[in-house]
Amino acid sequence: MDKKMKETILNPLFKGNPISVLVLGICSSLAVTVELKGACVMALSVIFVTGLSSLVCSLLRKTIPGRVRIVIQLVVVALMVILVDQLLKAFAYGIDKQLSVYIGLIITNCIVMGRIEAFALGNKPLPSLLDGIMNGVGYGMILVVVAFFRELLGSGTLFGFPVLSAIGYTNNGLVILPPMALILLGCIIWVQRSIQKDLQEK
Amino acid sequence: MEYLSLFVKSIFVDNMIFSYFLGMCSYLAVSKNVKTANGLGIAVIFVLFVTLPINYLLNKYVLVPGALSWLGESFADVDLSFLSFIVFIAVIAAIVQIVEMVVEKFSPSLYASLGIFLPLIAVNCAILGGSLFMQQKDFANVGESAVYALGSGIGWYLAIVALAAIREKLSYSNVPAPLKGLGITFFTVGLMGIAFMAFMGISL
Repeated sequence: MDKKMKETILNPLFKGNPISVLVLGICSSLAVTVELKGACVMALSVIFVTGLSSLVCSLLRKTIPGRVRIVIQLVVVALMVILVDQLLKAFAYGIDKQLSVYIGLIITNCIVMGRIEAFALGNKPLPSLLDGIMNGVGYGMILVVVAFFRELLGSGTLFGFPVLSAIGYTNNGLVILPPMALILLGCIIWVQRSIQKDLQEK
Repeated sequence: MEYLSLFVKSIFVDNMIFSYFLGMCSYLAVSKNVKTANGLGIAVIFVLFVTLPINYLLNKYVLVPGALSWLGESFADVDLSFLSFIVFIAVIAAIVQIVEMVVEKFSPSLYASLGIFLPLIAVNCAILGGSLFMQQKDFANVGESAVYALGSGIGWYLAIVALAAIREKLSYSNVPAPLKGLGITFFTVGLMGIAFMAFMGISL
């Protein structure tokens, strides 16, 4: 594996993480992190959509006229999201209901469009697929970390199994509420920037 | 009275930013000063107010199961609801394009202040989110959907202008280095969200 490939794989996870560094796709990352299960499903859906739409747009990159490319990209992304939504409706109806509009909102998730614009339109299909998938993973990673703390502290469970609540922990209702997700994300950024000093803003 | 209740509810109780986190990307990126935040906020109100009623009509007369029955008996059991994402986003992208052209033609001064934000709005989750919530909430008529659009737009506008004002002041304070910029903004939005929760459960 050459150096460029390695960078494509590792960069989205830490140095160029879509959420904590590039600030893309915040909307959905906060709303679906009350429980680990929903967060995992959301992460997998986003990996699927970013990977495949990057691949398709990369395959089409020589035939898309520059002026109408946004509309074409939106149609490709919307197609992938419809696929995910129909699959979830068929095989995991309960989770689909719980994630409600946020599956549909993957269409306007800036990560997907951002990676297509920044990477897929100028690279070969295979690296684009990889880049899409790894960005999805970088996004999913943060999602799972936030959901882990919110479910553990908010309901005392992990994946629905009692963990803290089994040893007499009183649930912290505040962690379940939306604003806490923002504060947790702020903490993640705080930790990451204390370690990687070059990311700090002046 | 129902309209007023819906209006107040969509501004404060169901605030797009603080209770659903919609439109966060541009909310965080464009809130560095009050002037640009103002421009983006107005553009969001406008585009929501135009696209949501259109999507409402499309949803009611084309997309939901049995909606096509006005075409004739044989269309009564057609269900196109799986197409709603693609239809909504196409309408939004098209309207944004049209609005951009109209504004450029008739009001160059407005275009100069709004212009750069309009293309951004096509991929703003708050706009698509508005349409998807409209689909879930099952409004009785176009009027309600328009009031809901106006309310959520104003809610978004208030949120972004408030955050921009706080960030302007915040730039003078002594924040720990790793928290500077993005980090402290997240904390600020979180605290604002807690404050907004005071409106929870209000009904008129």
